Amino acid sequence: MGNMYPKIRGDNKVVRIYMDHGATTRPDPEVVNAMLPFFNELFGNASSLHTFGQEAAQALICSRKTVADFLGAEPEEIIFTSGGTESDNLALKGIAYLKKNKGKHIITSVIEHPAILNTCKYLDEIGYRITYVPVDDQGLVDPADVEDAVTDNTILISIMHANNEIGTIQPIKEISAIAHEHGVLVHTDAVQSVGKMPVNMDDLGVDMLSISAHKIYGPKGVGALYVRKGTRLLGLSQGGSHEMKKRAGTENIPGIVGMAKAVELAEQRLEGDTKYLENLRDTMIRKILDSIPESYLNGHPTKRLCNNVHVRFSYVEGESLLMMLDMKGVAVSTGSACSSKSLEPSHVLAALGIIPEKIHGNLRITLGHENTMDEVDYVVENLIDIVKKLRAMSPIAPKD
Amino acid sequence: MYSGKVMDHFSNPRNVGEIEDADGVGEVGNPVCGDMMTIYIKVDNGKLTNIKFKTFDCGAAIATSSMITEMAMGMTIEQALEITRDSVADALDGLPPVKLHCSNLAADGLHAAIEDYLKKKEAGN
Repeated sequence: MGNMYPKIRGDNKVVRIYMDHGATTRPDPEVVNAMLPFFNELFGNASSLHTFGQEAAQALICSRKTVADFLGAEPEEIIFTSGGTESDNLALKGIAYLKKNKGKHIITSVIEHPAILNTCKYLDEIGYRITYVPVDDQGLVDPADVEDAVTDNTILISIMHANNEIGTIQPIKEISAIAHEHGVLVHTDAVQSVGKMPVNMDDLGVDMLSISAHKIYGPKGVGALYVRKGTRLLGLSQGGSHEMKKRAGTENIPGIVGMAKAVELAEQRLEGDTKYLENLRDTMIRKILDSIPESYLNGHPTKRLCNNVHVRFSYVEGESLLMMLDMKGVAVSTGSACSSKSLEPSHVLAALGIIPEKIHGNLRITLGHENTMDEVDYVVENLIDIVKKLRAMSPIAPKD
Repeated sequence: MYSGKVMDHFSNPRNVGEIEDADGVGEVGNPVCGDMMTIYIKVDNGKLTNIKFKTFDCGAAIATSSMITEMAMGMTIEQALEITRDSVADALDGLPPVKLHCSNLAADGLHAAIEDYLKKKEAGN
């Protein structure tokens, strides 16, 4: 559909507005530049004893320290992985397998990312018991529900730091405190929150935390699992003694170096980016809700990722909205049933208790620091027209 | 993921709207499931002289609704009843497998409108 992008404002410029930063981000040029030498002259295997290997090993050590510092952790607490999904799998299965004789009960929430939900489903199939705590209509987990679910057999609690669809930020600190009172380990999937709010291990109090590089202007295919010192878990891939023997396989040095650079930039930009994005977000939400009748914000008004705008419109369907915006050069996403391979609406929106008729017309707009207020205005203007056009076509929309 | 023809019909749908004095109306789908289509037909001398649609659904469903109105326009009722989900999908140069049910909805909608017309006609006699 590349040839369908419109030209706007007579300046003959092709519009390409990317507002899907919850899906992935454009790698920062500094990240790409940091990676390039490790594809070229610095190609050594970090396990080799010669100079080529030691150059790679040195890069690995520095990168691990950068990521650890960013999280307020120690380097030996960082395990590099292939991304958020692998980190989540390693955390859940690594603890479940190791502690199977202590207990087989895991607590998670109904709105987790599929990397957690489907890992839990798998563990359920092989004999573990999973409790899924509910959320309220703004997507918040109640720590009291987590505490109520704890039993003598509970070995792990995994609740995401911020939701990938609606951006609701969970009370992880309180959940950690509850877990530790009961002697239970806590994991959090922080893939969406890192780089958009402070994420500090001592502050959050979690025992494990998953992050991914490509959500913070880093490369795809690399992430990390933080594992608190003293927390034992079983590695899932057997082989050499890489990554504290928790993750065998030659390290992805270009990816890891890119992730470290992305983390370094995220740290420098955190304060400025957060303020900038909150302003864009709140302006966009206000303009949409003010100018489009029967439009609603999904998620929490304030306990919300600084870049997340998640709205729904009655009488229209999300995939049609998404496609019409795409034809205007704007990239966003939707949790509508029609957009998914399963044709099921998003489990997150269903968990909020939105009635089925109203669940279909939703859009997730996730902003990034490259977006501007002009782009926000362009998207809102087009969205107003598109909703109007689709409602005129909809048999269930009230007539004007 | 969609063919050029699907994108053409989606971005520029033909025959959107309602017919106030329609001879037949077909309503299929369910808003709870996020798919709903209403098709209106005018019949003259056994031929479909006007067809309009309204659809609440994804891009593929809007495109199949638009396509089927274009295909059936001017056809006799018998010919229109022979339009299947496959012929709509083929006319659009195919649909992704997960979206094939959308063409089903369009064919069902048209057939429901024709049945409604035939029922009314019978009652009128």
